[in-house]
Amino acid sequence: MQIKESSKIYDVIIVGSGAGGGMATKILSEAGLKVAVVEAGPFFDPADPEQMTQLKWPYESPRRGASTVRPFGDFDSAYGGWEIEGEPYTNGEDTDFKWFRSRMLGGRTNHWGRISLRFGPKDFKRKDQDGLGDNWPIGYEDVKPYYDKVDKLIGVFGTNEGLPNDPDGFFLPPPKPRLHELFYIKGARKSNIPVYPSRMSMLTKKINNERGVCFYCGQCSRACQVYADFSSGTCLIFPAQKSGGQIDLFVNCMVREVTTDDEGRATGVSYINKEDRKEYKLKGKIVVLAASACSSARILLNSKSSQHPNGLGNSSDIVGKYLHDSTGSSRVSFIPDLMNRKTYNEDGVGGMHVYTPWWLENEKLDFPRGYHIEMWGGLGMPGYGFGFNVNDFNKFFGLTVGGYGNDLRKDVKKYYGSTIGISGRGESVAQKSNYCEIDPTKVDEYGIPVLKFHYKWTDHEIKQVKHMHDTFEEIIHNMGGESLGKKPGEDENYGILAPGEIIHEVGTTRMGNDKKTSVVNSYQQMHDVKNVFIVDAGPFVSQADKNPTWTILALSWRTSDFIIEQLKQQNI
Amino acid sequence: MDRRKSLKSILLGGVAGGLAVHGCSPKSEAIAEESTVLKSYTYGRTPKEVQRDQELMEEVFFNDHEMETIAVLCNLILPSDDGLKGALDAEVPDFIEFMSKDIPELQIPLRGGLMWLDHKCNTEFNLEFKVASEAQQKNILDTIAYPDPSVPQDQHPLEIQFFTLMRNLTLSGYYSTKIGIEELGYKGNMPNVWDGVPEDVLAQHGVAYDEEWLAKCVDQSKRAVIAEWDEQGNLIT
Repeated sequence: MQIKESSKIYDVIIVGSGAGGGMATKILSEAGLKVAVVEAGPFFDPADPEQMTQLKWPYESPRRGASTVRPFGDFDSAYGGWEIEGEPYTNGEDTDFKWFRSRMLGGRTNHWGRISLRFGPKDFKRKDQDGLGDNWPIGYEDVKPYYDKVDKLIGVFGTNEGLPNDPDGFFLPPPKPRLHELFYIKGARKSNIPVYPSRMSMLTKKINNERGVCFYCGQCSRACQVYADFSSGTCLIFPAQKSGGQIDLFVNCMVREVTTDDEGRATGVSYINKEDRKEYKLKGKIVVLAASACSSARILLNSKSSQHPNGLGNSSDIVGKYLHDSTGSSRVSFIPDLMNRKTYNEDGVGGMHVYTPWWLENEKLDFPRGYHIEMWGGLGMPGYGFGFNVNDFNKFFGLTVGGYGNDLRKDVKKYYGSTIGISGRGESVAQKSNYCEIDPTKVDEYGIPVLKFHYKWTDHEIKQVKHMHDTFEEIIHNMGGESLGKKPGEDENYGILAPGEIIHEVGTTRMGNDKKTSVVNSYQQMHDVKNVFIVDAGPFVSQADKNPTWTILALSWRTSDFIIEQLKQQNI
Repeated sequence: MDRRKSLKSILLGGVAGGLAVHGCSPKSEAIAEESTVLKSYTYGRTPKEVQRDQELMEEVFFNDHEMETIAVLCNLILPSDDGLKGALDAEVPDFIEFMSKDIPELQIPLRGGLMWLDHKCNTEFNLEFKVASEAQQKNILDTIAYPDPSVPQDQHPLEIQFFTLMRNLTLSGYYSTKIGIEELGYKGNMPNVWDGVPEDVLAQHGVAYDEEWLAKCVDQSKRAVIAEWDEQGNLIT
């Protein structure tokens, strides 16, 4: 079978259409460059009635939204999950890495939590503070102008609080807290744990004439039909197309490798068209990888040539290394003072209206790095699982548990909205020994060799999660609540979730000034191959106790500006 | 209750259901079924997901006797009386049938539990559960409907786990329908302008907003005005 090659030569080929790919598409196409975007999943537009799940009722799904098919339930807008049929990955000994992929235009930005936190000055220089890991080659001051631009372009609500490591920005006003959040504020403050309005990318106020304003359905995970929250398709790629950008979208096209010439420079990509299952080639002067940290590493490691025998741009042998995800754990509580609620529409925005950024000094603790706290609760829409163990909380009052008949209806109403969940999301220390590599024994259904993961949490992360659980119990106690289930002990590593489960995996193509210990330079340009850039979270040196998306967006914009500048100077 | 008819009424939906009742030829009925099954569940499926739904809906798991017993149980768990709609009004047995195919792990506990019920009822009263008197049925349920909450769920005898599962599925199946949502009083899933917890609710639960916090929050009267900031990041519109 001959590989079909297109004769068109693009200025830039962008692999992946999530946060990083979408931003690069917008900035580079608006600079007049001819852009090809290659996405492994189908086209997706949350305003398309055929794809829309927003404002659907549970009974519109025969399983009432259960998570049998999509891991976060039927109405969640991620086509994929930790397991995708035909696209396996493997784990090394003692590793249980979970790799979440969303195969669709916009990728995981369609369903993500929209928690939009800037990294702070300390986050770029952690080694200076605790001697662990490495510093970034750039600092907050390098990224700040781009964070500012991202705030204004995309929109994020929050408040300027003047915090040292949670920088101010250009915020839209936050929504008022809901009832359960008032309980959380009260409970946290009692232990001197600060609480602030959360910082999330939903439009509580109009930002331009193209996008709608939030109408408070609480369903951001379903992707917004009026484009009132950030997803890459609705806020970056569609506007770039509308403003006349020369953008060719290749959907359902899975990139196999970056192609190179005799000098080892990239010439484009080869991909499998999932519809006809044939391999094609695209030619481009520049390749921008934005396939996600692990997917981009996989493409590089699979792009072997005589000039790049260890994989493209991998003379350092660092591609795939330093893979790290956020730490995470949760506890659910029952709050008697939230019983017998009057019902009203409190859907709010999808996710929390308030949060706690990291508030302690590590010098006084037995672990490095911090975590932020998220919480959830309220009068949610019923779906599969609602009413399970309907009156278990009766045990706290010495009342009968179980039964049948119409008394159950009273129990349903009595306890509706009386639980609050609390989660911690923390920074792990990047380790060279946590990595992904190619598993030569397996391919996916497109014939592309798959990834194998090696990942172990260290004591740092486990002690951090233990601290989370102590904090959770203290706050729950302060709210007058009962912590549900058993507090996880040492035997379960204090309940730390498996790496990958928080879906913040970063670090596989880290940036640095030394080409022996890093894959890309501080502009996310590959040390070994000057016309290949990486704009997903692969270049992150460390992950911070923040969600990665806002930093991916800011760095992708910065890299795109750099590419435009370098083209002008004819350096690439 | 004719469960197949009931299942069919869900599958066919309004228009095609009418056609089926009026006795179309099998061929056109099949076409109607194929094209309307999915119409009644338009919830943003990918082609693969549509296919999976379709396959599950075409499959039959419980036999008629099992479905009748499930209906009797659902009606005992959430009966329709005192002017209230019940589990059967919300077609909960059909939901349980679907879930048993969607989550195959439910199949043995459910089917095994139904067998246990008949065995027990035959032993005690020489009758199948579904035709026993309500008093006899309740007599049996009383032995399995009240699990000791200090024992973890998976350590109870199967019949107790079975009844907990039936109660869970019945409540979930009921409260996730239009009837159940209305009874519960859930008011969301529609466009809204969230502007804080009502005063009487704050008072009922003994909490209050602090003024400093409220001052930072969105002024909903200006939500349609395009945001602008000064150089320090202060919102000026």
